[in-house]
Amino acid sequence: MIQYIYDGSFGGFLCCVFECFERREFDVQLITEKVFAPDFFALSKTIVSDKAKAKRVLDGLTKSLDASRAKDFFRVFLSEDPIAIQNALGLIIQIFQKKENILENYGEEKALYFSQTLKKVGRERHRMKAFIRFEKSSNGMFFAVIAPDFNVLPLIIDFFTKRYTDQTWLIYDEKRHYGILYDKTGISEIEISELDANAIIPSNEVVVLDLEEQKYQQLWKSYFKSTNIEARKNMKLHLRHVPKRYWRYLTEKK
Amino acid sequence: MERIEEKLKILADAAKYDVSCSSSGSKRKNNGSIGDASFSGICHSYTEDGRCVSLLKILLTNHCIYDCAFCVSRKSNDVRRAAFTVQEVVDLTMNFYRRNYIEGLFLSSGIFKNADYTMERLLRIVKKLRTEERYNGYIHLKTIPGASGELIQDAGLYVDRMSINLEIPTEEGLKMVAPEKDHASVRKPLAFVQNQISNFKSESKLIKHKPLFVPAGQSTQMVVGATPESDLEILKVADDFYQNYKLKRVYYSGYIPISSDNNLLPAIGTRPPLIRENRLYQADWLMRFYDFKVDEIVHESKHQLDLEIDPKLAWALRHPELFPIDINTANFRTIIRIPGIGRQSAMKIIKARQFGRLHEYQLRKMGIAYNRAQYFITCADSIINIGHTSMDWVRAQILQQSKASQKYLPQQQLSLFV
Ligand code: SF4
Repeated sequence: MIQYIYDGSFGGFLCCVFECFERREFDVQLITEKVFAPDFFALSKTIVSDKAKAKRVLDGLTKSLDASRAKDFFRVFLSEDPIAIQNALGLIIQIFQKKENILENYGEEKALYFSQTLKKVGRERHRMKAFIRFEKSSNGMFFAVIAPDFNVLPLIIDFFTKRYTDQTWLIYDEKRHYGILYDKTGISEIEISELDANAIIPSNEVVVLDLEEQKYQQLWKSYFKSTNIEARKNMKLHLRHVPKRYWRYLTEKK
Repeated sequence: MERIEEKLKILADAAKYDVSCSSSGSKRKNNGSIGDASFSGICHSYTEDGRCVSLLKILLTNHCIYDCAFCVSRKSNDVRRAAFTVQEVVDLTMNFYRRNYIEGLFLSSGIFKNADYTMERLLRIVKKLRTEERYNGYIHLKTIPGASGELIQDAGLYVDRMSINLEIPTEEGLKMVAPEKDHASVRKPLAFVQNQISNFKSESKLIKHKPLFVPAGQSTQMVVGATPESDLEILKVADDFYQNYKLKRVYYSGYIPISSDNNLLPAIGTRPPLIRENRLYQADWLMRFYDFKVDEIVHESKHQLDLEIDPKLAWALRHPELFPIDINTANFRTIIRIPGIGRQSAMKIIKARQFGRLHEYQLRKMGIAYNRAQYFITCADSIINIGHTSMDWVRAQILQQSKASQKYLPQQQLSLFV
């Protein structure tokens, strides 16, 4: 067993795959720089991210599977679950070696875990499409703050770009300290230091809100109340659909 | 309180008994402005009763010239009245949509003056949204019974879905509580719009830039438990409307008593028939996605769905001769009929068995409700049973299990409104 230490990016992960085949080392444990603590007994090796190598692995995957199946590895990677990522490595090795689509072998542990992780990430992605609430600032930008369980921001960009083509928006992941800004022409990734991030978080009231913002938040809250049917009240069901950890980002729940 | 907030309260409150909420199935795409209704539906929030909030669901007005006994907006009811202006509805929709509160607008209305007067205002709203605001989000419009064909046709060019409610499942039932209404006035516009939809479909093969006409189709709603129809009658009506008007959805709304002055209807305080409503949705689901016929779902001697167990399980228990089914050889259509196995897990089973025969421990992990399915299947390591297991015994076993698990689980209620 050898430990590969990589930068924690998806590209870095793909480079680890590259390295496995390059060095014919298939019993590898993946560790990110952040959590790496030298273990006296284990062998370790630092893998440097290299775009060209990553691309070759991705192309290989796309060839062996199909494009959307290959992208599933990216989605699973975003779960940030070390077990899922370790499993994914094992699966890629098998796919390249055996040349068959073992991802559908749901009777097998790794493939099953892969599909279950995929489902979890998918659900979080769906929730972020639903639970994002924009607030309008005085300069006309719509901004939202999120803290999803998994790193799903990359998976919802397309959705919001298609939906809000004529307004400037920013979605900021306060757990991972980065955001996506759309300026009506294209998107860019922005990193904000924790300090600056405090400035855009609405409760801190550094951002000047649009004059009408409070009014529409109030209208939405009262709509939400009026649409409830008291005779059918079922809080357990409610909580299952809207777990408490999302409440602080939902206008109607604040 | 601002007047607009008060209006919103009144007109959202009056619209909430309409249970349709789906925002899926449209083909409308964004062309550089705002909104996109080409995706599957999204529930942006859930009310405390657990229903999905996907659309801004409001009435244009709750003034009404009619007096349907089951309706809060009926003429004789003593409630506060309000009416939105065209611009108010447009502003609310746009501002809610831009903040990602909603997928779109669900607009219904009481009837003021007459059907055409009301329909004409609804038309002005949807037209303004599409042409002036360049809004491409979802719009579901309630057609006003009795409105003229031209107005309905015109509106069809701007909306994604249209619906018109049957309200009470049978004509006789409807006559009891709403003498001024009849099913014909629902069938006629449904048929008219259905006709237009298929006309547009055949035309659009010839024209390049095809106009969209009600791209997400039509739906209807029936109030359940206000009048004495049986489940068999209700599902037969639904089936008829699915077959003949190609409806996308039929919604079932358990009647919530709102009036004491009509002794034909359940009195105030009677609990809405939530379990029955749930069973009807499950039955509807079986018809639409599992290829079940109405007479397979409802036992012809009973005319009612079993409230204790879901309709698929009830069907399986009535047919011991069809079980057990071998998971490793049966086809998809057969596997999805097994209690405890849905379409997704059936697909997984079919894929996974290409890699080798499936054993019990694998099935248990694959997301099927094994405790329920076990009585109806065999797999690679099943012990061979001689003769059929008694289905009465199976029923008792399953009921006992689900009672035990109910203690720990949140109240089982299907998420119907997705
Ligand atoms: S016509 Fe419609 S709004 Fe008017 S009372 Fe009847 S159901 Fe209610």
